[in-house]
Amino acid sequence: MTKRKPYERKMGATWWLKNAFHTKYIIREGSSLVIAIYSMVLLFGLFRLSQGTDAFNGWLGAMSQPAWLAFHLLTLVWTLYHSITWFSLAPKAANLWLGQKRVPDSWIVNSMYGALAGISVVGLVLVLI
Amino acid sequence: MAEVMKIEILRYRPETDKEPVWQTFDVPFTREMSLLEALAYIKDELDPTLSYRWSCRMAICGSCGMMVNGIPKLGCKTFLRDYPKGMKVEALANFPIERDLVVDMSDFIEKLESVKPYIINDNPKSLDDGCHTQSPKDMAQYKQFSMCINCGLCYAACPQYGLDKSFTGPAALAILHRYNQDNRDAGKAERMKIVNAEEGAWGCTFVGYCSQVCPKDVDPAAAIQLGKVDSAKDYVIAMFKPGE
Repeated sequence: MTKRKPYERKMGATWWLKNAFHTKYIIREGSSLVIAIYSMVLLFGLFRLSQGTDAFNGWLGAMSQPAWLAFHLLTLVWTLYHSITWFSLAPKAANLWLGQKRVPDSWIVNSMYGALAGISVVGLVLVLI
Repeated sequence: MAEVMKIEILRYRPETDKEPVWQTFDVPFTREMSLLEALAYIKDELDPTLSYRWSCRMAICGSCGMMVNGIPKLGCKTFLRDYPKGMKVEALANFPIERDLVVDMSDFIEKLESVKPYIINDNPKSLDDGCHTQSPKDMAQYKQFSMCINCGLCYAACPQYGLDKSFTGPAALAILHRYNQDNRDAGKAERMKIVNAEEGAWGCTFVGYCSQVCPKDVDPAAAIQLGKVDSAKDYVIAMFKPGE
């Protein structure tokens, strides 16, 4: 008869608090929660727009409330945190070569920041025109 | 006179313990002393019943993986001098404890075998055709992934594996990628079935801790993300080849 009795340790719901790296990972992924809510709110705004000027202005007014402004600020900061951590990981998912030389990681990261800046400028121009 | 350091070890003796228990040992240490040497001191001088795996003492056999203050480490590559506040040592996370610091790694070994970690080529070149040539670029595609020593630290670091044991896991997928990228190999089509599966590359959520803890600087997270790129290409190509 076997004397083996392997012991399985349970991870528990707080596994991500026990290691700083895992905590940062959950914070990174947690941004998806506020982004989901933000997207819903934005979609609702579009829906109100389809209902006419008054409906849209009502939505705009609600968005100017301090609580909604705070939510949008939180979403912006959290999304930026996700973007920064994602940009730093992006070179791992790219295997780009120029001839016999691998494209340096910094090129990939910098080009993503460049794209973010470019798209943000285009967005600002569209909004402000 | 050597200083004394307290080392806490999670003990588990299946014949007497219902669950693991912490036990503290006082170990005299010098600046050069590794955790593996400290364990040897405990076994030789304090408690001969302590069980742990080891072999080479130089970070190549991959036997002495264990958790040190909650972080996966090789005992031979971890030095007491770097832990002035003491050490809590336990068996490698995400694996069942067999006894003390010894874990049951059979699940990982099965996964390793499943990825066909060898060069597959039904039509090998004849000797008359000369040797295989590989440019530095060809070699760079797989070399770092071939440095894996199968120690299992990346599995202990991976919450996806911890939460769902069906996930193929970092080392096996990195080694799979190693053979897929080798231009002497012709087995990619067979291995892509494993990469494409739910428990293959797509089971990874890019936590990235596997690459952080690897004692040989292998980057399993990169291998898996590149596996996802391969898998996506495979999916698109398959759409144009119905019936296959």
